[in-house]
Amino acid sequence: MKSPEFWQGNTACAEGALAAGCRFFGGYPITPSTEVAEHMAVKLPKINGVFVQMEDEIASMAAIIGASWTGVRAMTATSGPGFSLMMENIGYAAMTETPCVIVNIQRGGPSTGQPTMAAQGDMLQCRFGSHGDYSVIALCPATVQEMYELTARAFDLADQYRVPVFLMADEIVGHMRERITVPDRVGQTPRRELEKGVLPFRADTNLVPGFATFGKGYGVHVTGLTHDERGYPCATNPNVHAALVRRLVDKIENARTAIADYDIVNPDAEQVFVAYGAPVRTVQQVLHDRPDGTIGFLRLRTVWPFSEHALRAFSQAKVFFVPELNMGQIAREIERHVKVPVVSLPKLGGDLHTPPELVAALEAHR
Amino acid sequence: MTFEDWFRTDRLPHIYCAGCGNGTIINCTLSAVDQMGWKKDDTVFVSGIGCSSRAPGYIVTDSLHTTHGRALAFATGVKLANPVLNVVVFTGDGDLAAIGGNHFIHSCRRNIDLTVVCMNNQIYGMTGGQGSPTTPMGCLSTTTPYGSAEPPFDLCELAIAAGANYVARWTSYHVKELEKAVKAGLETPGFSFIEAMTQCPTNFGRRNKFKQVADQVEYLKTHALLKAKRDRMIGQGEKVPDDVFVIGELMRRNRPAMGVKV
Repeated sequence: MKSPEFWQGNTACAEGALAAGCRFFGGYPITPSTEVAEHMAVKLPKINGVFVQMEDEIASMAAIIGASWTGVRAMTATSGPGFSLMMENIGYAAMTETPCVIVNIQRGGPSTGQPTMAAQGDMLQCRFGSHGDYSVIALCPATVQEMYELTARAFDLADQYRVPVFLMADEIVGHMRERITVPDRVGQTPRRELEKGVLPFRADTNLVPGFATFGKGYGVHVTGLTHDERGYPCATNPNVHAALVRRLVDKIENARTAIADYDIVNPDAEQVFVAYGAPVRTVQQVLHDRPDGTIGFLRLRTVWPFSEHALRAFSQAKVFFVPELNMGQIAREIERHVKVPVVSLPKLGGDLHTPPELVAALEAHR
Repeated sequence: MTFEDWFRTDRLPHIYCAGCGNGTIINCTLSAVDQMGWKKDDTVFVSGIGCSSRAPGYIVTDSLHTTHGRALAFATGVKLANPVLNVVVFTGDGDLAAIGGNHFIHSCRRNIDLTVVCMNNQIYGMTGGQGSPTTPMGCLSTTTPYGSAEPPFDLCELAIAAGANYVARWTSYHVKELEKAVKAGLETPGFSFIEAMTQCPTNFGRRNKFKQVADQVEYLKTHALLKAKRDRMIGQGEKVPDDVFVIGELMRRNRPAMGVKV
């Protein structure tokens, strides 16, 4: 392990990406994500990588998809309004199974909202924001250390499952500075190249096709239209469309236990918190202040695909509390999976929940 | 090799209507590409959405058929990530100048090393004949049923003003000239823009008094004014008619370019 550093979350995100082998960044400046782009603008040209500031977030998303087809690891970083603009080409990446990483340092919305304040209001948008059915992977860091490690892991997941992977951070984690121990290396699982002679969109047993990198002689045709295993447009055959869309969803949803990343604290507790991102910090404080083991905590680092099996670890649970910097986006998901009450604890405006606010919720449901 | 060697034969026949000019423009483009001696493995075709943008699907190289208007942004990613690749973009007037207008001017400004062939049929053909940013004033379409009331874009002037290194306009009638212009574009480092005026008998000609395919091609031929002649007319103080469009090589320069293979 290298010596400890004292970094901002957004810096750790960029460094994690570089360590994971990211060599292409296409982006557009937007608060509170800009430091990611600025750091990449400094670092990438020195290591034979490409930084390009595009004309908007639509183009940024397009550029990283184009770059990804040449075989490089590519990413962008943005926040709410830019994230909305990216939705069109996020759907294209899902349909064409293009590995890419999208960092969203969430701020208060809707619309321009609160550019400098934290929120978690895009958790459903990252899952469902583009049109049609598909599935994605979303990771949520709660520390600067995780900004580094989860960004790095996002690239491995993107390549492994050929899917857009989201780092759904928030302004608090993005802008706070804390100690981070930079690992000597992070895992770099390479993208599986297509075997010669195999159709470019024929999936293996994991439901993921090998990748036909541009410039290697595959002569692959990539289209956002519904396509057959050759990659050719086939937009009016119901069976081809149904099989393709089911595979795009199943390749992620069937792998949810492999993609899952969470901590379980006090599984025998009757009162259980579920949190991801910055609100994790407040829950940790509450647990620290009451070390009697009576409060359970499910800390999610992977939010999509949702780890509903992790909820079942809390077999004595009588109530789940879900503090979020939104109006209960993931609380609704949890309600689908448990039979006991789920108490959404929304916090809007940019501040974190305070420990007394969470304690008050515990007392109210005791 | 000839241009025919570049076709993805198992995808033919194509979807273009009888009388469509797009096939002519694809042939001219592929002939130019073939004359460059490029390898198929090193060449990528990129497109957006529309009739023109179906072209890469019929070409045997790696090809990226993207979202509406965004072809240039995708192509920018491909080219910057791997400058060894030769990247050619097919687009149309709606794709390039309406929904993709912002990407167009910024690609010209960056002067990124792409060659862009725009099939300008002055209409949204694939969706059934709606007015586009290049539909001439007064022309009928399904969304301009009383005649277009909006002045159209001059795409070449736009490309020149925004910084493209090479700009030319020809038509589906001028096949030899078009092929040479595309080749000149392929040879020129930086952003090359070739506008090919073309007929759309199904959705433009039929509503605008071109009863036969040849009528619209004849119109393109008779209303195209060579740049040299236009310049001469202006020099001699003659009035340039209102209903003509200029053809020829309109710009060739050497501004600093991005994404050029070292």
